Amino acid sequence: MVYRKRFDGRTDEELRPMEVKANVIPNAAGSASFKIGKTWAIAAVYGPRELYPKFLQDPKKGLLRCHYNMLPFSGSGERMRPGTSRRGQEIAMVMTKALEPVVDLSAFPNAVVDVFVELPQTDAGTRCAAISAASIALAEAGIPMKDMVSAVAVGKVDNKIVADLDYMEEHVDEFNPESKGQPVSDIPIAVIHNTKELTLLQMDGEISKDDLLSALRLGQKAIEQIYQLQKKALKERFVKE
Amino acid sequence: MSEILVKERDIVIPGEALAEGLDYLPGDNTYRENNQIYSKVLGLVNISGRVLKITPLAGPYVLKVGDKIIAKVIDIAMSGWRVDTNTAYSAMLNVKDASMRFIKKEEDLSKILAIGDHVVVKIINVTSQNLIDVTMKEPGLHKISGGRIVKINSQKVPRVIGKQGSMISLIKTKTACEITVGQNGLVWITGTPEGEFLAERAIKLVEEKSHLEGLTDKIEKFLGGN
Repeated sequence: MVYRKRFDGRTDEELRPMEVKANVIPNAAGSASFKIGKTWAIAAVYGPRELYPKFLQDPKKGLLRCHYNMLPFSGSGERMRPGTSRRGQEIAMVMTKALEPVVDLSAFPNAVVDVFVELPQTDAGTRCAAISAASIALAEAGIPMKDMVSAVAVGKVDNKIVADLDYMEEHVDEFNPESKGQPVSDIPIAVIHNTKELTLLQMDGEISKDDLLSALRLGQKAIEQIYQLQKKALKERFVKE
Repeated sequence: MSEILVKERDIVIPGEALAEGLDYLPGDNTYRENNQIYSKVLGLVNISGRVLKITPLAGPYVLKVGDKIIAKVIDIAMSGWRVDTNTAYSAMLNVKDASMRFIKKEEDLSKILAIGDHVVVKIINVTSQNLIDVTMKEPGLHKISGGRIVKINSQKVPRVIGKQGSMISLIKTKTACEITVGQNGLVWITGTPEGEFLAERAIKLVEEKSHLEGLTDKIEKFLGGN
């Protein structure tokens, strides 16, 4: 199979339609909702607050702790086992590492800032949506940050380098076992806006070096759109009426 | 060549460039990198001469020496009380700072302040590790009895108080309540049950609409209609 046109008719660098909002959870210090296509992440930030168990406390700076959870009905509708999973824990860890470089918690020794991300609906690209949402929620909570972090997935489907893969695209090689095409590569990236540094770079599948570099270039371009929406959501929050 | 990229009272997000060149200086909540000044928090731009500052729109209460706060007694130690400050850090109220009168060594501290009591205290010391000492030994500082405690965002405290206390005295006179605002975002209201209820709603309204202009008039209308 040769993948000429994307399933949903997007161009190669086009992202799925996005809807971004800040302050969706009044109880939290900061919160955000980030929808990209059918993927939907809700982030809530609490703290800085006291950190227990005590051995986790760091007297030099506060701790950033992320939680990632897909709701049981979030995927295809097949009920998933609720609660933490190995996958969820790993994603929470990469989220923390993606956000840590921008967050400055030196003013809050021994304390913790908790970031909770729940996904009511998922269609690939959840860790990217989670990071983008968490970044808005942290900013809205007034946590000192050097910059914003935005995230998106890029990859290669058959012979095409595309941005923001959905579930169908990620699994083209599985849906059509007859296909003699190349394996799909799916590369989630997170970028610090001003410096363009990558804080998250993972991959499933296979890709050549040249293709990887052009995929990353495509990602850097696509990510600007996400940043603009994050910025708009944060500013809209305070200009009402 | 230096250039300011934002206007006074603009809303900026973390990482947004504020100015270019070395003629401007990074003030509170900003940082300089590669010849540019960036914001470090979500807030409003404040330009004072060559210094660029950001007034945060949200964020945790930062403990400051001299601030009057409302705290809750959470534990009793050998030589004083541990109080919760509504932040990530608890504070110590030493026996010698607790009362004008002399407290004898063998006295039962829980008779003076019990666990769960609220107190109006002043911060007298904050260390680099955010260990805090507070005092209750000044006029206006006391144990709280009766009334109700309302929690608001600590960044909104200046709006609740208003210019020269205009907002708070308006609410006080209209509801005939006694109100004490702690810098940490706890507000103590005491008066008639109806008055307390009204004052609480007015304070919540201020918190919600704090970024709008002409807020005092809105609150006056809200309180006048009742």
